[in-house]
Amino acid sequence: MIGIQYGLTSLIFLFFGFCLVMLMRWQLAYPEQPIPFIGSWFGESNAPGGIMLPEFYNQLGAMHGTIMVFLGIVPLAVGAFANYLVPLQVGAPDMAFPKLNMASYWVYFLGGIVMLSSFFLPGGAASSGWTSYAPLAVVASVGQTYWLFGMFLLITSSLLGAVNIIVTIIQLRAPGLTYFRLPFLVWAQLITSFLLLLAFPALEAAAVMQIMDRLAGTSFFMPSGLVVSGEVLKYTGGGSPVLWQHLFWFLAHPEVYVLILPAMGVVTEIIANNTRKPIWGYRGLVYASLFLGFMSFAVWAHHMFMTGMGTTISTFFQTTTMIISVPSIVIITTLFITLWGGSIRFNTPMLFALAFLPMFGIGGLTGLPLGLNATDIALHDTYYVIGHFHYVVAPGTIFALFAGIYFWFPKFTGRKMNEKLGKIHFVGSFICMNGIFFPMFLVGLAGVSRRLWDGGEQYAHAQGVFRYNETMSIFSWVLALFQLIFIFNLFYSMWKGKKSEENPWQSTTLEWATPTPPPHGNFEVTPTVYRGPYEYSVPGHPTDYLPQNQKV
Amino acid sequence: MTTHNVDVKSHSKKYIKVYLALMVLTVLTVYASFLTVSVGVGIILALIIASVKSTLVAGIFMHLFGEKKIIIWTLILTIIFFIFLILIPLFSSLDSIKY
Amino acid sequence: MSTEIIPYTIEEREDTGVNNAKLGIWLFLTSEVMLFGALFSTYIFLRVGTINWPVGSSFLSVPMAALNTVFLITSSITMVMAWLSLVDKNFSAYRKYMLLTILLGCAFLVVKYFEYTAKFEHNLYPSTNTFLGLYFTMTGLHVLHVIGGLIVNIYFLFPGSKMWESNPERFKNRIEIAGLYWHFVDLVWIFLFPVLYLL
Repeated sequence: MIGIQYGLTSLIFLFFGFCLVMLMRWQLAYPEQPIPFIGSWFGESNAPGGIMLPEFYNQLGAMHGTIMVFLGIVPLAVGAFANYLVPLQVGAPDMAFPKLNMASYWVYFLGGIVMLSSFFLPGGAASSGWTSYAPLAVVASVGQTYWLFGMFLLITSSLLGAVNIIVTIIQLRAPGLTYFRLPFLVWAQLITSFLLLLAFPALEAAAVMQIMDRLAGTSFFMPSGLVVSGEVLKYTGGGSPVLWQHLFWFLAHPEVYVLILPAMGVVTEIIANNTRKPIWGYRGLVYASLFLGFMSFAVWAHHMFMTGMGTTISTFFQTTTMIISVPSIVIITTLFITLWGGSIRFNTPMLFALAFLPMFGIGGLTGLPLGLNATDIALHDTYYVIGHFHYVVAPGTIFALFAGIYFWFPKFTGRKMNEKLGKIHFVGSFICMNGIFFPMFLVGLAGVSRRLWDGGEQYAHAQGVFRYNETMSIFSWVLALFQLIFIFNLFYSMWKGKKSEENPWQSTTLEWATPTPPPHGNFEVTPTVYRGPYEYSVPGHPTDYLPQNQKV
Repeated sequence: MTTHNVDVKSHSKKYIKVYLALMVLTVLTVYASFLTVSVGVGIILALIIASVKSTLVAGIFMHLFGEKKIIIWTLILTIIFFIFLILIPLFSSLDSIKY
Repeated sequence: MSTEIIPYTIEEREDTGVNNAKLGIWLFLTSEVMLFGALFSTYIFLRVGTINWPVGSSFLSVPMAALNTVFLITSSITMVMAWLSLVDKNFSAYRKYMLLTILLGCAFLVVKYFEYTAKFEHNLYPSTNTFLGLYFTMTGLHVLHVIGGLIVNIYFLFPGSKMWESNPERFKNRIEIAGLYWHFVDLVWIFLFPVLYLL
C-alpha cells in the first residue's frame, strides 16, 4: 500500500531532520567546541577539526526546516494518513486514481533525493533558511538551485495527491455516507487537500521565477543597485524581494493549517473513541474547520509586518489573524468539552492525543502576540517565534501523528504496539519536548535572534539567557533516546507484537469493518452507512458502540 | 456534460459561431491597441475583450454553462483566492511606508 | 492494480453528477489557475512598482503573436469537434480533427521558436530587463503546457485510440478531459497575448 510507503519514508526523513537539529544544538550549547565522536565525519569544508562553521550551521538550519515540513510532516499527515485511511473511512475500494497515487509517491521520493543530494555539492546544501528569502537565496551557492528543483517536485507531488484525495472523498463515499456522517478526519483531509491544491501553486510559480533569477539572470526578486561583497551585481534590477515573501507566504501560511488540520482530525477520532462519547458539537467542528481553511488564505502577510507595509494593510492582516484564532479555539474547546464526563481509557494513543490539546493550546496562544503588529516588532525573528511554531508542530502535530500511528497500527499490521514501551515513549517525549521548547520563549523575550550561529554568546543582551541553550540541547538529545524506544517498538511489534482482534479499540468507523490487512478492493462487500461516525454509549444498545455500517 | 442525448448538429453550429466570435474579438483587440487612448483605458479595453473571449471558451468549449454545481463551486472558490493572490500584494505595495 | 473495481470511472455519480476524471481534471485546472495567477500577480506587482514600463510591441512582434492566437483558437475548435465526432460515433472524423489539433499546436510552437530566436539575435535575453524576464518566463511556462498537451493528444491519436474498440464510452470521456486541458491552455494564451504584447 502506498500509504505505508509514504509513512515509512516520511518517518525516516523526520528522523533525519531531527538529526540535523541535534548537530545544531551542539553548536548552540557549546559554541566552537568540536562535535564529539562524529565531528570528523563532516569534512574540512564544513567542520574543520570537528568545529562547525557558520556556513554549515546555516545549511543545517535551512535543511532542517525544509525536511521537517515538506519531506516529513506533510507526507506523513497527508500522504500516509490520507492515503491509508481516507479510502477505508469512506468505504471505497481504493483511491480514485491509483496510478496517479503511485506517481505522486515517486515524485515525492525523487524530490527527497534531490534535496538530500544537495549536501554533497560544492558549497553544500541550501543555506538561506527554509523560507529562501531573496535576494540572499538568489546569490547563494548551487545548493539553492537543487532546493528549488526539489521544492518543485515536492509541490507537484502534493498537488497530485490533493486531487486524488478530494476526488476520493467526494466521489467514492459509500452508500448512505453523507457529508455529515463523515468522520472528522476525512473532513480535515478534505479541507487540507483544498489548501494544498490552491496555495501550493503560488510557490511553484515563485520557485520557477527564482530559478530564472539564478540561472537566466532575470531580476524578479532583485532590487536595483545591489552590492554583495563590495561588488555591484550584474542584475538589471527593478525586481522586488518583498514579492518573493508574498508568494512564499501565500503558500506557507495555508501550509501551517495543512500541518495542523490532519492532526486535529486524528486527535478527534482518538478522543471520541477513548472517551466512549460522541464528539460534542460535531457540526460546529466541521464548520469551524471550513472557516479556518477559508481564512487561512487571507492572513499570510502577518509574517511580513517588518517589510515596511503601511498601517492600513498591517491592520487588515492583524484583524484577519485575530479572526482566524476563533475557529482554532472552537476546535480545541470542542475537544476539551468532549472529555467532560467521559470514562477515559488512558492508552498510549489517547495519552498522545490528550497531550496534543494543551501543547497546541500553548503554541496557538503564544501566536497571538506575533499576530499583533505592535508586539511583533519586538518579537519578530527571535527565539520566541521558534518556540511558538515548534509548540504547534512538534508536541502538537507530531504528537497527534504518533497517536495516530499507535492507534491504527493494529490496522496496518494486525498487531498492537507494546503499551509499556509506548507509555515510556510518551512520558519521555512529553517532558523533553517541553524542556526544549519552553526555554525558547524566555530566550526570545530577551531578544535573541533565531539565526545566531553561536546561540548569542557574543551578544550582551543574550548573556542572561545563554545558559538555557545547554538545557535545551540536553533535552533534545534525551528526546532522541526516547525516539529510539519508539523505533524499536515499531519494528518489534510489527513481527512480535501481541495479535489484535479485528476491532481492537471497539471503534465505530468503517476502517475497522474490513479484514486486516485490507485485501485488494478493501471491502468484501460495499458497506452501507446508517449513522454518524461517533455513536458511542448509545442508550439502550447492548454494546457501548454502534458501528456506522451496522443495521439495527 | 452528460452526453447521452447530445444533438450533434446544433452543437457543431454553436461551436462554429463561437469560433467566429473569437476571431472577430481577436481582430478587435489588436485594433484597439492601436487606438490613441490613455494607458488605463487601453488596459481596461483589452481586459474586457480577453474576459469575453475566455468566458466563451470556458462556457461553451469547456461546457461550463450548465456544468454541475460541484464544479462551479470549486471554481468560485478558486476565483476568490485568485483575487486575493492578485490584489493583496498589490495593495500592500501601494500602502508601503515611504522613505 | 486493476481500475475496474473503482466506481464512477465512467458513469456519473448521482448526487454529484460527475465522474471521477471530470472532477479530477477541474481540480487540477484550479491549481493551474493559481499557478498562472501567481505569475499575473507578479506582473501587476512589478509593473505598478516601476517608473516606466515598455510597451510590449516595442520588443515583441504583434503580427506573430496574433497569428499564434489564431492557431490556438482554431486548435480549440478542432479539439471540441474531435470530441463531438466521438459523440457522433464517427471515428474517422475524430482522427481528422485530432490530427488537425496537433498540427495547429505544432504550428504554434514553430512560430514561438522563430519569435524566441529573433529576440536572441537582437541580444534580447530574459536578463535584459524585467519586462523581458516576465515575457520569457510566462510564455516559456505556457509553451511547456502546450508541449504537455501535445504529448497527451498524440497519445490519444495513436496508441491511446485503441480504447475506442474496447471501451468507447471511457475513451470519449478521456478526449473530453484532454480537451478541457487544451482549452485551458488556449485560455491562458488569450490573456497572455494582450497583457504581454498589447499593453
